[in-house]
Amino acid sequence: MAKGMWVFAERSDGTLRKVTFEMLSEARKIADKTGEELCVVVLGDGLEAVVKDCGPYGANKVYLVESPLLKDYTTEGYTKTLVDLVREQQPSILLGGATVTGRDLFPRVAARLDTGLAVDCTEMKLGENNQFLVRRPMYAGKVYADVGFSDATPRMATVRPNVLIPVQPDASRRAEIIKVSPSLTPADIKSRVLEQITVAGEKVDLTEAEVIISGGRGMKGPENFTLLEQMADVLKATVGASRAAVDAGWRPQSDQVGQTGKVVSPNLYIACGISGAIQHFAGMGTSKYIVAINKDPEAVIFSKCDYGICDDLFKVLPKLTEELKKIRQE
Amino acid sequence: MDIIVCMKQVPDTEAQIRVSPDGRGIVESDIKFVMNPYDEYAVEEALKLKEKYGGSVTLICLGPQRAVEAIRTGLAMGADKAIHLDDPAFEGGDAISTAKALAAAIKGLPCDIIFCGKQAIDDDLSMVGSTLAEILGLPQVVVVVKVELSDDKKHAKVNRQIIGGEEVIQVPLPAVLTAQKGLNEPRYASLPGIMKAKKKEIKVMKAADLGLGAEITGAAGARTRIVKLFSPPQRQSGKIIAGETPEEKAPQLAKLLREEAKII
Repeated sequence: MAKGMWVFAERSDGTLRKVTFEMLSEARKIADKTGEELCVVVLGDGLEAVVKDCGPYGANKVYLVESPLLKDYTTEGYTKTLVDLVREQQPSILLGGATVTGRDLFPRVAARLDTGLAVDCTEMKLGENNQFLVRRPMYAGKVYADVGFSDATPRMATVRPNVLIPVQPDASRRAEIIKVSPSLTPADIKSRVLEQITVAGEKVDLTEAEVIISGGRGMKGPENFTLLEQMADVLKATVGASRAAVDAGWRPQSDQVGQTGKVVSPNLYIACGISGAIQHFAGMGTSKYIVAINKDPEAVIFSKCDYGICDDLFKVLPKLTEELKKIRQE
Repeated sequence: MDIIVCMKQVPDTEAQIRVSPDGRGIVESDIKFVMNPYDEYAVEEALKLKEKYGGSVTLICLGPQRAVEAIRTGLAMGADKAIHLDDPAFEGGDAISTAKALAAAIKGLPCDIIFCGKQAIDDDLSMVGSTLAEILGLPQVVVVVKVELSDDKKHAKVNRQIIGGEEVIQVPLPAVLTAQKGLNEPRYASLPGIMKAKKKEIKVMKAADLGLGAEITGAAGARTRIVKLFSPPQRQSGKIIAGETPEEKAPQLAKLLREEAKII
């Protein structure tokens, strides 16, 4: 019988991606109820130092799967390695982040294991008879679904970053480290990563950003996004854009927030010159606080925001940046 | 190049979605259905490759009778023919049971590349492409924004979106590629295109035609099931900041974010 709740962790510089700790915090509560072990599985090369926080966030064990062939992510290498370990250890639940890697890896792993996967979940819980249930947005968040699983294991889910609340880590908790040598050969990896092109410097990705400042049609032109960049510097925020701004060619497509762009869930979303169409809201409606700056008093966004300024954003933004800078310096 | 495009018909992005009274589905009556926007990029890329290298573009769509409209749109854009997997046995499926049906329809067809949209904007799974690739034993590259073929057409050099940039991957063909916005600018169907589409073949196939047992397809073959659908709580409108000038309003907002919301 399958046993154990697993969290697939991704490395991010010297530690693990934040969503790992969000998942561990929530999974710990479930594992306490079911009496199962909570384990982290992490693939890569030279990882020992980066998994130190897994114990404090609630993991009992860490499967450390290391090989030079796993240094960079490849669909084929990671799928084979993770599937081999799952088949050997038979966990009952396997969680991962709804990240670029999670979105590529988890569907492939689920297909190979012929098991159920629910993606981009915002909640997980136990239903009747301790049945594992997840909640996920559909139709870009216009509707939510509670999703259950068949008997196939592991039951798999990816979790949207920035939604689950991480616990305070308990430094006295330690996880047992189990080193695993994968049976992976270069012949297993037929698709080669030729290069990675970084376009955005050190900017935090929109999907993981805690503060996002987005501009829409009301920005009037690409040059005016400097106003947003200046505020972003003060707030350590990431700049996003509405579809109108992207389709006008003012911002790259990777900056688009909305139904046909990225779905984000920051603590603070500042929408500048964005009317708040249903498609845009679908991409940012779960933000904790929404601020709207727009000169059109009829803009839909004012009926759905926490704070709104109805005025000329070209006058509001410089002043607001100045005020925020003062607060930051206090 | 023989290219297959998997596509789906979905509610238009502007559609208001209401949950049906039984909580298992949505009210379809006043919804406008369209080709999934990401599938338009998939069809366009297939057509561009066909124009450059010759060959054929075949659409495969799993969906009810109404999906034939989206199929006609794809044919009007320029695809050569289509297969419509239309059978009540396919209904209520998840990504796995859907991909198994698509895979069964694709097996045996000549195929150098399979394009899918990176996700359907109804169930938002972004799983069918990868699942299909796995079942067919093909490599995948997802969230693709650029495709170039090698001279011998045995490989593709593909850019996919990653955090903060792009990754360039060399993938052996045949492969499954899932299309992201930015890959191209999908063409509109021309009037002659629409006329021609009416004469193109749409082959309707049922589960039995694919040799798939009742336990494989649709809800019976699904590994996940929707227990309940519901509408999320609406956000309430908050404070509109009072004041005469931007100079008055901006400091108030900064103060509220600091002292009331406590987020900066």
